[in-house]
Amino acid sequence: MEAYRRPRTEAFERPRANLFERAGFGRLDPLLLFAGVALIAFSIYTLGVATSEDVPGNPYFYVVRQSIYAVVGIALMFAVSRIDYSRFRELRVGIYTAMIASILLVFLFAEATRGSHRWIELPFFTFQPSELGKVLLVVTLAAFVLDRARHGTEIRRTVRLLSLGLFPAALVFLQPDLGTALVYGVITLSVLFIAGIPWSHFAALVGGVAATILVVLVIAPAAGFPILAEYQQDRLTAFLHPSDDPADSSYQINQALIAVGSGGKTGRGDDATQTQNGFLPERHTDFIFAVVGERFGFVGAAFLLSLYALLIWRALRIMTLSKNLYGSMIAGGIAAMLMFQVFVNVGMNLGIMPITGIPLPLMSSGGSSVIVTFLALGLLQSIYVQAQLTSKRGSTPF
Amino acid sequence: MMGRDWRGPPMPNQFPLRVAVLGGVAVVAFAVIFLRLWYLEVLSGDEYLAQAQNNQVREFTVQAPRGKVVDRHGEVLVDNRTALELQVKETDLPRSRERRAQLFERLGEVAGLRPDQIRNKIRLEAKECAACPATLRRDVAYDTVYFLRENQARFPGVSVERVYVRRYPQGSLAAHLLGYAGEVDSTQLSDPRYEALEPGDQVGKEGVEYAYDSLLRGTNGESRVQVDAAGQPTGGQLSAREPTTGNDLVLTIDDAVQRAGEEAISSIGLPGGFVAMNINDGQLYGLGSSPGYDPSIFAKPRVPPAVYKQLTDEDLGAPLFDRATNGFYPAGSTFKPITALAALDSGEIDLNEIINDTGDFALGDGQVLHNAGDAVHGAIDLRQALKVSSDVFFYTLGARTNDPKSDDGGPIQEWARALGLGEPTGLDVGGEGAGRVPTPEQRNDAYAENTSPDSPCGKEICLDKGEVTDREWSLGDNVNLAIGQGDVQVDPLQMAVAYAALANGGDIVRPHVGLRVDDPQGRAIQEIDPAVRDHIEIDPAAQRTIMDGLHGAAMEPEGTSYPVFGGYPVDIAGKTGTAETAQGDQSWYIAVAPYDDPRYVVAVTIERGGFGADTAAPAAQRILDELLNVDQASIEQVDAGSAAVE
Repeated sequence: MEAYRRPRTEAFERPRANLFERAGFGRLDPLLLFAGVALIAFSIYTLGVATSEDVPGNPYFYVVRQSIYAVVGIALMFAVSRIDYSRFRELRVGIYTAMIASILLVFLFAEATRGSHRWIELPFFTFQPSELGKVLLVVTLAAFVLDRARHGTEIRRTVRLLSLGLFPAALVFLQPDLGTALVYGVITLSVLFIAGIPWSHFAALVGGVAATILVVLVIAPAAGFPILAEYQQDRLTAFLHPSDDPADSSYQINQALIAVGSGGKTGRGDDATQTQNGFLPERHTDFIFAVVGERFGFVGAAFLLSLYALLIWRALRIMTLSKNLYGSMIAGGIAAMLMFQVFVNVGMNLGIMPITGIPLPLMSSGGSSVIVTFLALGLLQSIYVQAQLTSKRGSTPF
Repeated sequence: MMGRDWRGPPMPNQFPLRVAVLGGVAVVAFAVIFLRLWYLEVLSGDEYLAQAQNNQVREFTVQAPRGKVVDRHGEVLVDNRTALELQVKETDLPRSRERRAQLFERLGEVAGLRPDQIRNKIRLEAKECAACPATLRRDVAYDTVYFLRENQARFPGVSVERVYVRRYPQGSLAAHLLGYAGEVDSTQLSDPRYEALEPGDQVGKEGVEYAYDSLLRGTNGESRVQVDAAGQPTGGQLSAREPTTGNDLVLTIDDAVQRAGEEAISSIGLPGGFVAMNINDGQLYGLGSSPGYDPSIFAKPRVPPAVYKQLTDEDLGAPLFDRATNGFYPAGSTFKPITALAALDSGEIDLNEIINDTGDFALGDGQVLHNAGDAVHGAIDLRQALKVSSDVFFYTLGARTNDPKSDDGGPIQEWARALGLGEPTGLDVGGEGAGRVPTPEQRNDAYAENTSPDSPCGKEICLDKGEVTDREWSLGDNVNLAIGQGDVQVDPLQMAVAYAALANGGDIVRPHVGLRVDDPQGRAIQEIDPAVRDHIEIDPAAQRTIMDGLHGAAMEPEGTSYPVFGGYPVDIAGKTGTAETAQGDQSWYIAVAPYDDPRYVVAVTIERGGFGADTAAPAAQRILDELLNVDQASIEQVDAGSAAVE
């Protein structure tokens, strides 16, 4: 790429680029790279100690899978980091169409898994288009922001962009996958926010979201027109009364709270009975944070949160470093997406957020989520690399 | 303002502010999570740790077997066997009506029950004890056990438990006395006496099982095991407290005596009861009622109503009814020694006073009473009167001792009460009725009640409505009482206690069946030897004369039970009794043996048994055979022709 087309004279000023640098690693954000790799390593280690008995006769079932996803994801991250993200802008319509199509495809082909249509069975793993859609939505929506900048009034622009964001969100909601739909919503809001839509629009949007929550959870069911399935409603409100019914949704919250709480300052190590004896549900996916909390205690959980803080700080930093608004919006969208997922998932594990089935990025076992998160990190790296290259050559407006 | 030209500067002019807002949101979000994490793990860690430990631990109660009940020679009367019970815990069943119905369907196939039967059993159990598991079947086959264990996930709330069930190796022997144990019910659970019990525990309900419950009952063990979320043990046992078997109870009962008594009466084929007791300390060698029943009926979780109906059916002899401690009948002539004691003590007669028995006794209102069989005994003293059981002699004493002015009656009533009649004897296993010593007050009150305008027939007397008292107290009542007829109501146990006092010189013993408590290792930990209830002064000369009369009645020609005991190798004192009841003649026999050195009293009563010598005396003889180790071959046959009748 451009880095290798420098004049030969510079070779005298710099030591000969080693393989690491020639591969382009030298220009990556090292802290972001560290955070991503550390998180996936922590995930693999946690899965190793927590799920060895989950699959009979195969103690490394989740470890092996997560490692494969990690390798694939990291490879994709490096690949994406070497592409100039600005090219995606030109492909926005194609990407957006493909995204919508893949989500729709799920309805046609996917087998019902636990009552929802989210996965497409591929020969090597089950692919969840709505996960990939998160990143695609960030990339395309940010592009549409720029695209639409010249036309119409601000309110029409806002509505148009909002529609583009909420349409896939609605499709995902119908799968039904409420958690991912919410992530889409957050991505849309954050991209619009960074794009600079008027504060009044934003305030109206936030108000609208609050009103929607009120209608969906309180008013509509009370009036006899439930919008959410009963299990969704239960899951969303169970955290408000965790001891109600030890057998249902609140059971999960209760067990997660006990798991986290019992970890104490330094964790219970191999005595982590909540995990080992199966009291904790979904311990390799949604409730993996509780596993960390029980086994490694406050110290371990705080360390994990620090890695996420590092990740999000770097995303926000890259947002400010970006050579153009497009990069900033992508970085901001990804930062918001990661932040939302971490906050909602960890909050759910700590009993302050409803159960929404949102995975903890890079920690929860699952190919689609891990790979897509690495793709997002690859995009961030790409923005970082491009910003560095540009700052050497001076700002280039697009 | 902002965004006026989206292509202009690469960033909107408020970009730094918006980045700051986004960063601020991130800081707040992380702060919330850190604080919450701090609160959960650092501040409340111990609390949650306790919950986590509690989560994984299940406490299983290990049922303690009840102690054995053995007779005085160690013969086992009650012990335990283990049984596999198919139980359902209502609280662990699926809540959804549909899934519950499916479960009952599946379970019905396995257990061989219809779903509605299962539902019914659960409902019945829940009515008695909400938290108790309902037993669907006892003694389930091992195949079923394995099937259920392998498919436990499909049978939530269903389990097979190993339980101890009472076993009665001697069959129906001493069923009334032994009583039964069953699952504790909700009223008992709220009784401080059963404080230590939990739903599902076994507790004594009747008889020995009830009275000695706290000694027989063991202490349940407890096993704390680690379980996973499905409630399945993970293999780690955290702690265990072994169950402590209940203590063994040694009874004063001699199984041979008990069996002899039960067989003697049942061979006659009429309902009856018997008592065999030590006259000095009240130890009971036998205490029984016939017909009997199989007590293992009550070892079942629930007695079927049809079975219970049979047990209480009058036409079948109401097997559940204990005639030894609750069979109240007029005592007939067995009452005469009490009349004798009363008359002698009150000076209404002297030891050697002769009364001419002409066969007739005029009551004074024109009514004339006769001896049984219209016998004429001539001039007789007290001893002779007891031997031949002269009614006229005792009518005379009855008339002399009548005291209509005293509400409590005269000397006869006083002595009857002093000897323990008309009230429970204080039997250690309880369950006794009181009976009645008739007094003017009692009779007059009953008459007033039967003729009160509020009674079922108003001022009229309706015998069919239970209004049996058709007149006030009169001389005739005392005269009747003197020969144990009329309103007097006693059971064999009370009569045995009274005769024991006569024989031992005035000690009113407290009859008891408990002899000793042994711990499970067989070490005696408690001797049961209750103090006598009371002591009354009996003039030794009077006692000698009366005992002599009773000896003659049994052993001498013309004695009322001479046909039975005439050739008996051991001298005894015995009194026949034939009481008139609405059902027919109640046959009584009470014996004290040996005569020279009294140790035992035997009392037998048989409903509709005719003359005392006909049925009760032979039954008493068979009991005495066992008590005295009398060989049947050594009993001489005597000519019965010269015996007096009642």
